[in-house]
Amino acid sequence: MKIAITSGKGGTGKTTLSTGLFHILTKYFNYNVQLLDCDVEEPDCHIFIHGQKSASYPVSISIPRINPELCTYCGRCKDICAFHAIVMLPAVGFIEVVEDMCHGCGACSYVCRDQAVVEQNSMIGSITHYDYYAKDEFIEGRMNVGVSLQTRVIRETIDHANQKSLVLYDSPPGTSCPVVAVVSKADYVVMVTEPTPFGLYDLKLMTETVKQLGKKCGIVVNKAGLEYEPLYDYIRDQEITLLGEIPFKKEYARAYSKGEILPEKDDRLKKIYINIIKSIMNGKAV
Amino acid sequence: MGKPFEIVVLSGKGGTGKTSITAAFAALTEKTVFTDCDVDAADLQLVLSPEVYKSESFTSGAKASIEREKCTGCGLCMELCRFDAISVKKEEFIIDEYACEGCGLCAEACPEKAIGIEKFENNRIFFANCRFGPVIYGKLGIAEENSGRLVSQIRQYAKETADTINAEYIITDGPPGIGCPAISSVTGSDLVIAVTEPTLSGWHDLNRLIEMTGRFRTPVYVIINKYDLNEDMSYTIENRLKSEGIQILGKIPYDESMIYALIEGKTICEFMPDGLLTREFEKMWNNLISIVYEQESIA
Repeated sequence: MKIAITSGKGGTGKTTLSTGLFHILTKYFNYNVQLLDCDVEEPDCHIFIHGQKSASYPVSISIPRINPELCTYCGRCKDICAFHAIVMLPAVGFIEVVEDMCHGCGACSYVCRDQAVVEQNSMIGSITHYDYYAKDEFIEGRMNVGVSLQTRVIRETIDHANQKSLVLYDSPPGTSCPVVAVVSKADYVVMVTEPTPFGLYDLKLMTETVKQLGKKCGIVVNKAGLEYEPLYDYIRDQEITLLGEIPFKKEYARAYSKGEILPEKDDRLKKIYINIIKSIMNGKAV
Repeated sequence: MGKPFEIVVLSGKGGTGKTSITAAFAALTEKTVFTDCDVDAADLQLVLSPEVYKSESFTSGAKASIEREKCTGCGLCMELCRFDAISVKKEEFIIDEYACEGCGLCAEACPEKAIGIEKFENNRIFFANCRFGPVIYGKLGIAEENSGRLVSQIRQYAKETADTINAEYIITDGPPGIGCPAISSVTGSDLVIAVTEPTLSGWHDLNRLIEMTGRFRTPVYVIINKYDLNEDMSYTIENRLKSEGIQILGKIPYDESMIYALIEGKTICEFMPDGLLTREFEKMWNNLISIVYEQESIA
């Protein structure tokens, strides 16, 4: 089973929940568990989960280079490039690939009739495996700074999930392609929100996305305590399972700031996390 | 002033307070065009309550689709696709619409011309006015991609609007992260405000953001939000930034009034006009204006 931990709004507590659930699952349940940090732009799980590094893999794409000596400036590569990554000025004999815009699809080298396009590997990120206790694993996807192909790094990270394990995906925030890359590969989606107007608005967007993808889902309200009724009205109206509520306390915020796993030391939180896991498992179809 | 000065509010890590801070500045500035480039979840409108007078659709990328009748099952498309977007199910070639990046290679290569490329127009750009001035924001269709191009288009419209009304500033509420929409928000802007919080995650993410903006040579000024949640860490962050020559624009204490203001659809400066937080924002804004003048006089 694969569980994606998501939220439309950033900073609602996805990573807190993912790392907390991972820790509780490894300690109190009998699954083989994997945690995959899919927030490759800003991967933060490593701040909370300290495993033993076991392997590391580069993520790369093939970037074309165009040899101006061989190029006849026919324009076929420029015309097929859906990403407008090729700049061509035949009058001055200039042709170049804008690396930042290239998706590495290979269309230009496919259409070139002059063997002028040569592809080179360009590293856009890395995937690192860490052993956690005896049987479990934490895998981090990390995009290189300055690269804009986050979705590619996410897809490759997800390919590292073990089919036999219970897998947790810590998703990036939002509802667009990077999030869909994660959610579309999950069996169950946990939507983390907070009782504020921003939290509710972004939860609605997330719910639409999850429904469109036809996924089972449940909600965790983090930083609970503020009586913002519209959020709870929405959850009731939509008939989405409320998996649990994590109260807001300044001491939790402080523990988080130092990279501590919250349910480790606090029995009340431990119970809440265990109940969230049980609720997810009861709701599953398997 | 010549061209409007473009300020982009970013954070790397989500939920550090970008939107609330952008909104607070909105209440203090004049002659400004606002944009919300967090196109996944455009929340600035919840505080600015803009009245939309015009909207238009925006094409975001494309997806391939295979005409079953024409397909002979040669498999060339699947072999060529670098996004693993084509697979065979029950002897039929199908395209995973979420994996397809719309590059068009399969359509070009198909000997039967069985593959078409469909453009998507699920995104919208809204033109609106609010009590502080014009607002331009986007809404990405559910599960859409290419938010980077949508961001560029919104910023382009903001510049045009700023020109027509002779605005001095454009303030952009940016997206979280450092990937394609964040890069599109920074490219060609004049100044980045990076909002962080005193947590290890906030610090880690801020560093990646600063590295990203450094590539565009855009000056960065940092705001530490909720600084008193961990004062030791705030102090460490401040010292490290100083040693790297990065200026702190200001520090904001944790205060639930920020949330109560939001619930009433107000900026903190409207909600507590005489409050300490408002004083803090005024200080930061004045500080920012002098930075802008300094930067402009050098330019």
